Amino acid sequence: MPGRDLHIGDIVIENRLQWCIGGAQGSGVDTSANIFSRACAEGGLWVVGKREYYSNIKGEHSYFVVRVDRNRVDALTEGFDVLATFDEETVARHFDEVRKDGGIIYDPSLASKKVADIPTLDKRIKDEFAERFRQSGTITIMTLLEDAKKRGVHLFPVPYSTLLSGVSAKTGEKRQSVLGRMVNVIAVSASFALMHYNLNELESSIDHVFGGRKKLSEPNKIAAEVTYEYMAGNFKDGLGYQLSRVATEGKRLLLNGNQAIALGKLAGGLRFQTYYPITPAADESTYLERYERFSVKDGDKKGSLMVVQTEDEISAITMAIGGALSGARSSTCTSGPGFSLMSEGIGWAGINEVPVVVTNYQRAGPSTGMPTRHEQGDLKFALYGGHGDFPKIVLASGDVEESFYDANLAFNYAERYQLPVIHIVDKAMANTTITLPYFDPDRMTIDRGLFLGDGTPFVLKEGEEYERFKFTESGISPRVPIGTPGGIFWNTGDEHTELGHITEDPVIRDRMMDKRMGKLDLALKEIPEDEQYHYFGAENPDLLVVSWGSTKGSILEAMARLNQHSGKIGFLQIRLIRPYPAQAVIRLVKSAHKFAVMEMNYVGQLADITAENTGLLADYRIVKFNGRPITVDEAYVSLKRIVEGKSEKRVVLTHGA
Amino acid sequence: MALKMADMKTEMHNDWCPGCGDFGILSSVQMALADMNLNREDSVIVSGIGCSAKLVHYTNVTGIHTLHGRPLPFATGVKLSNPHLNVVVVGGDGDGLGIGAGHFVNGGRRNVDMLYIVHDNGVYGLTKGQASPTLKLGEKTKSLIFPNITSSINPLILAMASGYTFVARGYAFNVSHLKKLIKMGIEHKGAAFIDVLQPCPTYNDINSKEWYNGEDRMEEGGGKAMPRVYSLESEGYDGRVNTEGGKDAETVMLDAIRRAVEWGDRIPIGVLYNNEEIPTYEERMLQRMPEYMELPPARQRISDSRKKPIADITPFMDELSV
Repeated sequence: MPGRDLHIGDIVIENRLQWCIGGAQGSGVDTSANIFSRACAEGGLWVVGKREYYSNIKGEHSYFVVRVDRNRVDALTEGFDVLATFDEETVARHFDEVRKDGGIIYDPSLASKKVADIPTLDKRIKDEFAERFRQSGTITIMTLLEDAKKRGVHLFPVPYSTLLSGVSAKTGEKRQSVLGRMVNVIAVSASFALMHYNLNELESSIDHVFGGRKKLSEPNKIAAEVTYEYMAGNFKDGLGYQLSRVATEGKRLLLNGNQAIALGKLAGGLRFQTYYPITPAADESTYLERYERFSVKDGDKKGSLMVVQTEDEISAITMAIGGALSGARSSTCTSGPGFSLMSEGIGWAGINEVPVVVTNYQRAGPSTGMPTRHEQGDLKFALYGGHGDFPKIVLASGDVEESFYDANLAFNYAERYQLPVIHIVDKAMANTTITLPYFDPDRMTIDRGLFLGDGTPFVLKEGEEYERFKFTESGISPRVPIGTPGGIFWNTGDEHTELGHITEDPVIRDRMMDKRMGKLDLALKEIPEDEQYHYFGAENPDLLVVSWGSTKGSILEAMARLNQHSGKIGFLQIRLIRPYPAQAVIRLVKSAHKFAVMEMNYVGQLADITAENTGLLADYRIVKFNGRPITVDEAYVSLKRIVEGKSEKRVVLTHGA
Repeated sequence: MALKMADMKTEMHNDWCPGCGDFGILSSVQMALADMNLNREDSVIVSGIGCSAKLVHYTNVTGIHTLHGRPLPFATGVKLSNPHLNVVVVGGDGDGLGIGAGHFVNGGRRNVDMLYIVHDNGVYGLTKGQASPTLKLGEKTKSLIFPNITSSINPLILAMASGYTFVARGYAFNVSHLKKLIKMGIEHKGAAFIDVLQPCPTYNDINSKEWYNGEDRMEEGGGKAMPRVYSLESEGYDGRVNTEGGKDAETVMLDAIRRAVEWGDRIPIGVLYNNEEIPTYEERMLQRMPEYMELPPARQRISDSRKKPIADITPFMDELSV
């Protein structure tokens, strides 16, 4: 990190910090983070945040990191300036991550708790503490806090129960169950009070998060006021960080990746969505279900979107295909285990040339893996999953904003080329909360390809039959929905004739394979280059970083930092991975001195795929697979080491709690 | 113009074994569709994998030949996306009750308005005669190495337990009876299930046509075959649920289960259970979306003349605005 010289009382850092809140799952970490993020955003600041949690309903440790800045931010850095804790475990897990001159807010009644007694803390961590603090006798929370203090971290003991008594006196609320939940707001308020942030923004955020339910919001606002008073009275100097309202231009959103993709699908014409519950994909479908009826421009009737919860992912993909056969834009969303179950159905859509979109939110695999943690481990499976050769398009969004517009592109590709499209995103995007400019659906164009979907009859010459799989020059045959007058057709998972009847004729087989697979060449020719990949940074760079998906934000910021001094770095973000834009990649790689592929999986899947498609072997593979997204700092350090000639050929990044 | 049986046939070569029960089912389906005189374009048959699934290629309505065990979810998507289509699903007993059993059960829970016909012959024909989920425990059909080591499913009871609101059994070689059942099943409001007993002349040498006809029981019959199959209607059985009239679903279902367990010398065919008092999935959806029947997913416009989106997401963005 760039050097900082902070002193309590001297405000030197304004509107730029990273905050973390943690506690037991189910204790309100999410609510707190929502209140915090929204309060910042309502003051015109930009935020990006990530949620980390266990596959658990109540009790395990969860935390939320929010980065706040006066400018737009897309990725998280390492370390926190302020750590707000509800419980002893949060202190134990994160005290080391608090930067020098940062602060830890904690309940002093927890200070004497023994680390060994925290039931949910991994033995590996307890063993490491036992070794590290072996001089200290019994290791308590205070042992850890004192250690942080020695590094220059400021401690802010906030007695939650005392503050709650104050709230109780002011509100008349006596129920412990209700008061207990206000600890969330107290932790957020204590953080904001240290940052000298305006109470009004916080109160407005509380109103919004509690949905205008005065019974909830009023006492919480009183809790905020009580906390501000307490903090002002007890920690006069506050911290060396200040947040203040800034002016913004244009309307902005505060949302997560699940919501962005759901909105993109809805605008892009999705009318039939199926799903089986799975983390971290299901929130997309439940969000869509909530908005199943919507207004239609220039229409007097409401539009509607049907969301069906199925019995499994096999049903989800096959039902979505059925919806597409009837003519609706149809999709399903899932994550690794469900995606595995969908393989056979996706192959069926391939051989029957059915446009269907599968949004795969990757999570750490294999098998159940780490269901709530992040990874980009499904790329090869997205490309190769399914038996036999059939065409499908794989589109990888790089951030939440891209994912909104890509939701429509995925449908366009599916319908134009009549094939399944895998829109591949990940847990980090699903659970990223971010401020963004309003989306502009008018930037989307809806392309349904050779599709006759408005109910007009399919006109044939006398004596001719409609041939669903008619051989054409482009390889694409006109498609009609089931129920079209004149448009009776057959589909089969068997190899088939132009009519769609089963055949094992070797000549027809060859022609049908050519017809289907040829669509990928056509797609690569027709899809605009700026949809295929994005290139950032210097031309003819010393180092070209190639990546895909949600690493984008960290790489861009690391590159900007690096380009300030050490160098000429370029970044190639590949979005279209099948068909693979080989010519463009070869040209860009050859324009660079060296190239590195950075991604969140063990083997370096994109690096392999790049070699397969271009014959070019990456000079460096930077990988990470511990379930936590690559931070700006990790990207920065690993790239810097390459530039300085100090890097290994394979670098494994390991940051994260 | 009234449709004729010939209008329902395609030119595809039929490759079923001579004497297969599938022929009876195919004729019954084609006759039912011709009789009902629906627009051919408005009907769609969705099939699984196996001999039975080829039925779609022999029938001149849109035919979707899907994956092993999966015709129900495919068909559900077709139907819910456009509820005006007449959707008929066909598949084998292994397809529906083995690999597809999860979909079978959940299809009942949904009660989507469509008909599901299972070709029930006790064996996996296309893979050379292994035991299917309806073959009885201990039976040893021709290609089994040992007698069947697993118990059989009773498809009728499973269908009722799962929530199908029309449950019937037909016999492949009683075409006029089966045709009637199919018409009733199509007209039924909700998920209809017909289990069709069907000889497999190649691999099931136990439940053969002769066996169903009772040709082994000539002696008892005084020199005449004594058919095992009897129709429920001929004995005055009525499976209709009429709660107001004093026949509630439980009463009918318990009677139906007694009939469904009959096997051996007396095998009932006909409608065991018919309950139109349960709302269909589409009706439940209509409660939430009043436009659903007029503008189902497949019939909505999604873009304007400039190919721009017409769904207005602004109110949803406003909820997320800061």
